[in-house]
Amino acid sequence: MKKYIKKISLILLFLILPFKAFALIEIDITRGNLDPLPVAVSPLSIDDNSKINFEKILNTENIGSEISTIVENNLRASGIFNPLNKDAFLQAPDIAHLKPRFEDWNLIKAQALITGKITYDEGKLRVEFRLWDVLAGKEILALAFTTAPNNWRRVGHIISDKVYERLTGEKGYFDTRIIYVAEEGPKTQRIKKLAIMDQDGFNNKFLTLGNELVLTPRFNPTSQMVTYLSYFKNLPRVYLLDIATGTQEVVGDFPGMTFAPRFSPDGKKIIMSFAKDGQSDIYVMDLENRIVERITNHPSIDTSPSFSPDEKYVTFNSDRSGHQQIYVMDSDGNNVKRISFGDGLYGTPVWSPRGDLIAFTKLHQGSFYIGVMRPDGSGERLLTENFYQEAPSWSPNGRILIFYRETKTDQEGDGFSAKLWSIDLTGYNERLIETETDASDPSWSSLLSN
Amino acid sequence: MSLPFLAKKSNDFPPIISVELIQIAEKTNIPFAPKEKKLIEKIKEEEKKLVSEQAPPKQVKKEKPDAVPMPDDEVKKVEKIKDDKQNPEKIDNEVKQVSEFEKKELFDPNSIAALIDKSKKDTAEILDNNDKKVTQDQDKNLGNVGLSLSEEDALKAQIFGCWSIPLGLPYNEDLMVRIKLELEPDGSVAKSEILDHARMNKPGQNFYKVLAESALRAVKLCQPLKVPTTGYERWKELQLNFDASEMLEG
Repeated sequence: MKKYIKKISLILLFLILPFKAFALIEIDITRGNLDPLPVAVSPLSIDDNSKINFEKILNTENIGSEISTIVENNLRASGIFNPLNKDAFLQAPDIAHLKPRFEDWNLIKAQALITGKITYDEGKLRVEFRLWDVLAGKEILALAFTTAPNNWRRVGHIISDKVYERLTGEKGYFDTRIIYVAEEGPKTQRIKKLAIMDQDGFNNKFLTLGNELVLTPRFNPTSQMVTYLSYFKNLPRVYLLDIATGTQEVVGDFPGMTFAPRFSPDGKKIIMSFAKDGQSDIYVMDLENRIVERITNHPSIDTSPSFSPDEKYVTFNSDRSGHQQIYVMDSDGNNVKRISFGDGLYGTPVWSPRGDLIAFTKLHQGSFYIGVMRPDGSGERLLTENFYQEAPSWSPNGRILIFYRETKTDQEGDGFSAKLWSIDLTGYNERLIETETDASDPSWSSLLSN
Repeated sequence: MSLPFLAKKSNDFPPIISVELIQIAEKTNIPFAPKEKKLIEKIKEEEKKLVSEQAPPKQVKKEKPDAVPMPDDEVKKVEKIKDDKQNPEKIDNEVKQVSEFEKKELFDPNSIAALIDKSKKDTAEILDNNDKKVTQDQDKNLGNVGLSLSEEDALKAQIFGCWSIPLGLPYNEDLMVRIKLELEPDGSVAKSEILDHARMNKPGQNFYKVLAESALRAVKLCQPLKVPTTGYERWKELQLNFDASEMLEG
């Protein structure tokens, strides 16, 4: 009994005693380095038999190295990762895939390690990969893919996406395509073709021969469908093209000029502007019943509309204030608000797929800028400045912008070129995207595999 | 109706890729490396045991049931702890030597009360120090709660350099990660614990998970931490609040 009294007294004592212990020291870490994360991409190991089989099928000497190079290039191009030099790797790829010696990878300052294995499986390509957290000494992702061998580049992109997602928390953007207008010839007589390529510039294909002028191709965010403008009897018409099947159709004949068609986020509507009776307004067409609804009605030029991801709002540019500026309104056309108030002209607003930003082109004092601002107009940031650049298009994860840039011509009219460039939201990672011809008006597809 | 002439059918893209998922768990499920898996799990279990049996239970063990502080003999008990405090490294060494046999004693029902909250015992210590007018030396170690500005700055600067902020994080979400560290006297990390660990595995918390992992990597990369050479008792436990919003907002 005495024992129990003691225990109860003890508990009471501790409850009654006031708190005045060492306070736990708290330190706020609000800064870090923004250097790309050092990652080791070990070549994917492959057994001799599989190697011989794939050499025959794909004419590629070592598909394991090739796929790891794709992953490496993708991660480097993101600006978020720093793939380490393979010469410094101490562990053989096959052993590293089984059980990495983390001390070795730590020694070369790798914080993450990617290993993999390739096998020939009854005519198919089987790729297995693992992502390791070197400092924690554990595996954090393991996946395998089986596919037709000529899909090997896509396998590299899919691995890149999975690694990107696991290490950043957001979806990747590597297994995607870019549709653009390929341009050839002198500036006054450009031949423009519709073209498509993987996001890294490979597998380029021309979709039209150049007989007709094509403009502003835009991907459907939910499928491999594209809308674009093409001129017929000097009037632009809006077309739909299914990349997967190659079929295309005219969306409709509209009175007057049509501009800047763009899909809604659910892919079921097209928003565009028509010029009619001296004014240009914004219209939405339902693709199922082809009913067209007028959204704005103002004696000014309203164009370049883009839906917010939740489709509740639309951003567009208008000169209703006297100069071209960016506006946001409800998707039914109510509550029109101007959001750009800086010096210069603002145009081509595009709502980010993440919803948090609107990208735009700005012209100020003879220079063109690509920038972003929040949907309420705050936080304007100019990411890049050049002689002439426009038409930003978001990567599906809302992290990178692709746009095109033209160079000045010399006095003889030579030296003109148009190229695709990308830049990430930090504004530091600006990259030229190599294309076979000159290129303009890019649009990024959604992820091919989700 | 005229359509733009297509160069050729563009539908020669490869078929949709089939994806097969390998089961992913906290620990690897490598089907062909069961031995390594078992070995790693065994080692981790052992580490876990050691970690969970650190300082507090050992101190309790030294106070035999009869020595559990009753209101009457409170002063006596506090004096005993004060002795320990003056030699913190000694306590630490003793804790590391806890044997399996001793561990059983840790669960002596008479000691349960002392296990409830270590901080209450610390309360007693401070009270006693104040009451007894501690010496200058003791005051140096005990009276100064927290790190000085220069000490804190040195530690911050070190961790800033080790922390690779994941660049894809959204700046408009509450993503602060709090990590509690138990440090050795040389600044190496004996234990690190994410205080809101449950959030790691909740659906839709990918960004939090990524941030938490980056914070743990920073701590591991940085150790031994640049801690002061004196006053181990003050900083043997630290809480680091990792918040990237300032950096990401630009």
